[in-house]
Amino acid sequence: MEFLSDIASLINSTLRISTPLVFAAMAGIFAERSGVIDFSLEGKMLMAAFVAAVGSYFLGNPWLGLLLAIIACVSLSMLHGFASVTYKGDQVVSCVAINILIIGLTTALAAAWFGQAGLTPTLNEDQRFLEVNLPFAESLRNVPIIGTIYSDILSGHYIFVYLAYLSVPLVFWVVFKTSFGLRLRAVGENPSAVDTAGINVFAMRYKALAINGVLIAFAGAHLSTAVNANFFREMSAGRGYLALAAMIFGKWHPKTALVACLLFGFTDALQIRLQGVELPAIGEIPVQLIQAIPYVLTVVLLAGFVGKAIAPNAIGQPYIKER
Amino acid sequence: MAPVDKSKIPWWVSNLIVPLVNLTLALLVSGLFIFIAGENPYEAVRLIIYGSFGYIEGFAYTLYYTTNFVFTGLAFAVAFHCRLFNIGGEGQAYIGGLGVFLVAINFSFLPVPIIWLLSIAGAVVFGAAWAFIPAYLQATRGSHVVITTIMFNFIAASLMVFLLVDVIRDTAQMGPHTVALPKEQWFPSFKDFAALLGIKIRYSPLNISFLLAIAASVFVWFLVWKTRWGYEMRAVGHNTQAAIYAGISPYKNIIIAMCISGGLAGLLGVNEILGVHHKIVAGFPAGYGFTGIAVALMGRNHPIGIFPAAFLFGILYQGGSEVTFDMPNITRYMFVAVQGVIILFSGALENLFRPQIESFFVNRLNIKASA
Repeated sequence: MEFLSDIASLINSTLRISTPLVFAAMAGIFAERSGVIDFSLEGKMLMAAFVAAVGSYFLGNPWLGLLLAIIACVSLSMLHGFASVTYKGDQVVSCVAINILIIGLTTALAAAWFGQAGLTPTLNEDQRFLEVNLPFAESLRNVPIIGTIYSDILSGHYIFVYLAYLSVPLVFWVVFKTSFGLRLRAVGENPSAVDTAGINVFAMRYKALAINGVLIAFAGAHLSTAVNANFFREMSAGRGYLALAAMIFGKWHPKTALVACLLFGFTDALQIRLQGVELPAIGEIPVQLIQAIPYVLTVVLLAGFVGKAIAPNAIGQPYIKER
Repeated sequence: MAPVDKSKIPWWVSNLIVPLVNLTLALLVSGLFIFIAGENPYEAVRLIIYGSFGYIEGFAYTLYYTTNFVFTGLAFAVAFHCRLFNIGGEGQAYIGGLGVFLVAINFSFLPVPIIWLLSIAGAVVFGAAWAFIPAYLQATRGSHVVITTIMFNFIAASLMVFLLVDVIRDTAQMGPHTVALPKEQWFPSFKDFAALLGIKIRYSPLNISFLLAIAASVFVWFLVWKTRWGYEMRAVGHNTQAAIYAGISPYKNIIIAMCISGGLAGLLGVNEILGVHHKIVAGFPAGYGFTGIAVALMGRNHPIGIFPAAFLFGILYQGGSEVTFDMPNITRYMFVAVQGVIILFSGALENLFRPQIESFFVNRLNIKASA
């Protein structure tokens, strides 16, 4: 039974760790499907974590913190749109600028306002999100198998975990089953055709970026007001890039991107468990090398051993209306 | 805004006035951040100028930072001419430093100037090798270098900490760093030169790597604008399809551009290890790799622009440390944010006021010409 509960806890942490990746990958799908590269997921996630933690600390309510985080991330998305859609600046440069700006700004403001080295104050129970216990989780716990799956794996997560997995079918439905989604994909593939059909390319890209901002805000709030009770410097730790790699690996599809996110989450959960464990034949692997595993995996996945990833056709190109 | 005839725009308008306007905007926004952090921006500017120019040690520090930024700025620029975003300068510099150290410590039986040359070669080779894998994957599999190079930064950091803790650590000391190189291998520092002239200064990290930075700038200028290969690389960057029709291999050029870029970033290790620390210290690239992006974009990816841009960032770094000393609410991260703002205005938003400024000057010159 030891083994079974090990597996259960591994799956449980996989679901939790994948959550910010899933939000970020879904956010990335909206931006990139509309033809706008979004490497700034990393910076926006960090911004959301900072704003959610600070907002919740001052306002005493994590939901208000989340709301502020959404406003902040949508603003950053608009900035990205302003630079790369309206002013036709280089999209990658705009993303790099946002990422560096936010790494600096969040840490600098945390230090200026709270005096600690890039930390925000610890949130109390009223200021953060708590685990949600699903109904009947306690009474079902002793039922074999169902009890393990329901009570140990599915129940007891933060609200963001459930929202993240609910967002996947929702994103799938919006992108592939609605007329908005059709236009969104068309704008990313062939903007001039869409323009000819009388649809405003710029407005579509701004809408996609706004949705992108909302989704990525959840990822940041999850980090600082749910799994952790404060913001600390560079707490996003490359997750924005991992999510982007997952999205590319998933060929810009919500379902396959989800699988890739879970794979990343699982590797991360596994590396945490492997730390300090003696492996047969190899011995103990140094912790620094174990920590590098998700990053190595990202490179391996991007190298695309299951085939070359084909991006939306018009990605990265600013749309220039003919005169 | 009516489009302006490009050929009528004087060079100094697009290459001098527009970047200066963008820089001014960026600095105004940065001033706002300092205000939000609860300090006086005007006072911060005064401290920056005093810290970077006000005394000889401070000025030497400014030039020392300039050296690092020239290396990482050139690194970013070379790849950028091939339309590659090498944001892995941080990791390439880290690994380049490993190359410097390994060569210097293993060839210590050779005469010193030869060790220096070999160490520089070691930095270039190690830095280039670290850029090679992302380059190869970009060329063959289309794996975007932005993600792979960022991942290689993380991997380099893990790898180096592992080496510094478990493999090449100075076991006589507590911290994660190697043993110091023998003193005769150290690069002569500005302090030594000043002593020759009879000027006494306490300490200076500025060393002869500064000359290497000048040499690297000339090298990049020659390579990118005066050789056949540089032309091919720019052709690939400008229009890959056209380059292919002209018989130029994008595959080859992507890999060479990234390796040269990585090698240049590796040179940062020469300055830091032969010139300053004389050993590998955990985390010595300290964000210089990222600053190189801002330096290159501000310098419009040309060595003539990169040098003053690197100097400007040197002022910002050295002056910035003066600010963090005197203003408790400002940390060095504030200057990371400033870099972000500068990249935003001089990179992504460079077209914000360009049409207005250009047509303003063209119209004025026209009036003058017709009067």
